[in-house]
Amino acid sequence: MPAIIQLPHVGESVTEGVIGKWLVKPGDRVEKYDPLVEVSTDKVNMEVPAPFSGVILRILVEEGDTIEMGKPIAELEIDGAQDNPVEDEATENEEEIHFDREAERRARVGEFLEEVRSVGPTGSGEGGLGRPDVDSVFADDPNDPSVQGEADSINSERLSPLVKRMIEQYQLNPEEIQGSGRDGRLTKSDVLAHLEFKEGRSNSRTDTSSGGFAEIKGENGGQSDRIELTSIRRTIAEHMSKAVRDIPSAWTMIEVDLSELVSWRNQHKHDFKVQHSVNLSYPAIIGWFTAKILSGNPTLNSSWAVDSIKQFSSVNLGIAVSTESGLIVPVIHRADEMNFTEFATKLDSLVSAARNGTLELNDVQGGTFTFNNTGALGSIISVPIVNHPQAAILTTEAIVKRPVVTESDAIAIRSIINLCLSFDHRVCDGHDAGIFLSSLKKMLEHHDFSSILN
Amino acid sequence: MMPIINVIEAVRDAMKEEMARDASVFIMGEDVGKRGGVFLATQGFVEEFGEQRVIDMPLAESGIAGIAVGAAMAGLRPIAEIQFADFISPTMNQIVGEAARARYGTKGEVHVPMVVRSPYGGQVRGGLFHSQSVEAYFAHTPGLKVVAPSTPFDAKGLLKSAIRDNDPVLFLEHKRTYRSVRGEVPNTDYSIPIGSADVKRAGHDATIVSYGLTIHYALQAAEVLEKEGIQIEIVDLRSIRPLDTETIINSVSKTSRLLVLHEDNLTGGIGAEISAIVSEKAFDLLDAPIMRCAGLDIPAMPFAPTLEAAYMPSLEKILATTRKLLAY
Amino acid sequence: MRELDPEELLDIYETMILVRTLDERVWTLNRQGKAAIVASSQGHEAAQLGSVKALSEFAESYFCFTYYRDMGVCVAQGLTPKDVLLGFLAKEGEPISDARQFPLHGASKEKGFMNLSNVVGTHVPHAVGWALASKINKLPTVTAVYFGDGAASQGEIHEAMNFAAIHKLPVIFLCENNRYAISVPIEQQMAITNVADRAQAYGIPGYTVDGTDIQQVFDVTAQATVRASEGEGPTLIEYQVERYLPHTSDDDDSTYRTPLDIEKSKQRDPLKKLRDLLLSKGVLNDKIESELIKTAKQKINSATEFAEKAPYPKADDVLEHVYDNNSISKDQHDANH
Repeated sequence: MPAIIQLPHVGESVTEGVIGKWLVKPGDRVEKYDPLVEVSTDKVNMEVPAPFSGVILRILVEEGDTIEMGKPIAELEIDGAQDNPVEDEATENEEEIHFDREAERRARVGEFLEEVRSVGPTGSGEGGLGRPDVDSVFADDPNDPSVQGEADSINSERLSPLVKRMIEQYQLNPEEIQGSGRDGRLTKSDVLAHLEFKEGRSNSRTDTSSGGFAEIKGENGGQSDRIELTSIRRTIAEHMSKAVRDIPSAWTMIEVDLSELVSWRNQHKHDFKVQHSVNLSYPAIIGWFTAKILSGNPTLNSSWAVDSIKQFSSVNLGIAVSTESGLIVPVIHRADEMNFTEFATKLDSLVSAARNGTLELNDVQGGTFTFNNTGALGSIISVPIVNHPQAAILTTEAIVKRPVVTESDAIAIRSIINLCLSFDHRVCDGHDAGIFLSSLKKMLEHHDFSSILN
Repeated sequence: MMPIINVIEAVRDAMKEEMARDASVFIMGEDVGKRGGVFLATQGFVEEFGEQRVIDMPLAESGIAGIAVGAAMAGLRPIAEIQFADFISPTMNQIVGEAARARYGTKGEVHVPMVVRSPYGGQVRGGLFHSQSVEAYFAHTPGLKVVAPSTPFDAKGLLKSAIRDNDPVLFLEHKRTYRSVRGEVPNTDYSIPIGSADVKRAGHDATIVSYGLTIHYALQAAEVLEKEGIQIEIVDLRSIRPLDTETIINSVSKTSRLLVLHEDNLTGGIGAEISAIVSEKAFDLLDAPIMRCAGLDIPAMPFAPTLEAAYMPSLEKILATTRKLLAY
Repeated sequence: MRELDPEELLDIYETMILVRTLDERVWTLNRQGKAAIVASSQGHEAAQLGSVKALSEFAESYFCFTYYRDMGVCVAQGLTPKDVLLGFLAKEGEPISDARQFPLHGASKEKGFMNLSNVVGTHVPHAVGWALASKINKLPTVTAVYFGDGAASQGEIHEAMNFAAIHKLPVIFLCENNRYAISVPIEQQMAITNVADRAQAYGIPGYTVDGTDIQQVFDVTAQATVRASEGEGPTLIEYQVERYLPHTSDDDDSTYRTPLDIEKSKQRDPLKKLRDLLLSKGVLNDKIESELIKTAKQKINSATEFAEKAPYPKADDVLEHVYDNNSISKDQHDANH
């Protein structure tokens, strides 16, 4: 097989070489790496080695010729026996250098000549192409003051990123809001105050359990009516404000694969309903497991008491229920001591009582931990507000089918739920929260569920 | 009741306990032997552990660092003391060039479980060569960990982690905190993971992120502002590399306003990095520009008390910058 | 110490041919644009192979801190032509740095050598620290640290030798003096005649020997090794060697050396010297020699083929080996990108 021998690139900023003495002639046998011809460049003198073993057929350039790197210099008949020659990547990859024609841009910021190796790793280049004129790069900004991040005057109509987001989220008109920041700028607290004002005057429904800012669905567009606070609304507002004010809360979330539980439930839900007249619901199952874990690991089943932490021996699980008049949290007392059927039955009756307005005082007192099924309306992430003075609140989100990479690296469709936890960081740390969530995850993924019906 | 000790005592206790626990831990540095170190961090050590584990070195910082690197490569756990952080420049090559690259450059065959301890920082009338903050030079270096505690509790727990760490750790101790910051420290063996920040005070109106001595100035500022009904949250980085980005962002998500405070000079300091991270990761949580309060951009802290004070991010400067941040 | 017998000399000669052929091969690969950088060991081989021979015989255990010109030490310590060529071509599977580093840089505890840095002389304090660890751990290891005459000007080497001398550490300092620090001749590097003259300033023995003479190298290194092993402290040895090629493949030595100077250098080729010695002892003839050369070429040809076909390392693990805990560099990367 005949092959063309090219003048190799030597990996520097040279583009051509002058052919010197040929060390072989047509008809000569050469071994791979034997020197063929002397070549001098403006950087180095070198001998071009044979890229393959074989017999020289023709010599294509003469002594004294100036040849561009990569151009053919000889032809060689390759020995049949050897492997296919390895491609010379250096030759293939080194394309012609395309200079950027944006001369103006280049003059201002310099240019990174990525394709050119202007010097070797240990030196050798003098001058060359690779170095931008550093002085010219900064020439138009000689007095760059290294000062703090604030201009002397501000444009008070420019909204902060946070305010901008809030305005969009709640569809507010910034011109209606009184600014208290510098030069009348709108701040987060201005928007919150405005929202509070609007909330007080609109007849919209709010879901305070979702944390953050209340979602307002203004039915009358820009107009609003003043609505007197109901006592439950007032209680919720005070309670939430106190929680946010007093509790340095932190938030964490875990993803749980419920596929096993889903299929188990599908098998048993009919029989369960027939037998016990209540639903074999996910909140019941997850709530029951939550109570079990809290009883074994009571760090989150506690309350901040200023100079101490109160840890409760019983798990009284609060269940957040959304009612016509607002959020209410009935409590399943001693939930940790109940078997599953007792728990599910109690849950069912408390939710009904909450919705029918037939709860008794004792039903809403003494909670030690709150559980909220925010997934009922499709939510997949919530940042709940801790139910003061408790230490933590757990939300169960919507169960969603998702492609998941399994342990064997296959992709499978699995039923996934997010469990979100807000907790009082005074009482415990992320570590404890993590242990709680991962224990719950383990239970929900690996438990022998049939045992809970016994 | 836990004993109340100061920062230098915490440093001493951490080293003493680790040397008793692990025979591969040893001390090398200038005047660390009979003198017990110029700040007495190793007071009594040579008597307790012998000259072979408490080595008085010739006055050659580069050699101290380089020999520590070699001993660490061989499996020991040297604690090299650079007497003042201002003297650390000659070791730059050994710490940044060699120690930080050893694991990477040998595909993990060799690593450098070394601690370089160095007293740093000013407002002790140290002048140009006994006051410097050097963290930014080193925090730039992947492969290195940089720690700067502000309290005795943190100093002891973090130094223990540093000694047990399998990578080189630069452990910076602010000189002014040595004796001026005291606190409860358990006698028990505990450690604090490197790379975790600590919320030193909770608040919801603005966050101040800092480390070292200026944490205490920030706490003073928070006290003043509390009387005006303003609640400042203070995040103590404790570790400068790796940075606990999560704790910073969590705090900003609560307060929406961020001030980064450090004694090191402004330009190219840790504040620049934190500002960049927060604006990249939490832009739409911000209700005001991130502000910085830092040492002056002059070559180092001057000697005369008036000039020294002018350099420092003082309580007054912190209050002024925080008010500006709050008023934005 | 003792005269090397003809069989041992022939063994060394075989290794020297392998190292020389390998060195020539990597230059060829550089001129083909395949090896990014070459720093030659040619002219230094007797110092490198003779010193390892002495260490392996007289030290119960030893560890070498090498520098970039020490292909001979690396090969004597067990780096194969395949390993070396994977390094020069920066290919996947390169055993001592996984192609993170320049050729011959990295570490192998099993093979007993390390070459971390390109900042010359910085490894000398490491070697002293390594020797300090041997002393503290009461291990019989002798640490050998190789460096060039250029590195001998570094302040860190002074700091390291001073400390090693104070504590009588089991380390030997081996300077391969080829009289050029890239382009700067020895007269412009120091005002004394020999690098080893500095030894007396540290209170340790210093010797200057012909580093192209295998027997001289062996003798003096053996003496220093024994001294270190017996707890008497370090020795500074200066091997006078030759560098008749440019500093590296990026250098042009015609700008600072005359052809005559280079020609004179070549007269002291250690390979030629050893060959003459073996011929005079009657253990080498043309047949044996051509067989040795053929074998070396075959090994190196197949190693070259292998290395050329090997892929470059995958970029997937570029973030590994930054910290013991790989997640630190990955988390920081993910958090900030």
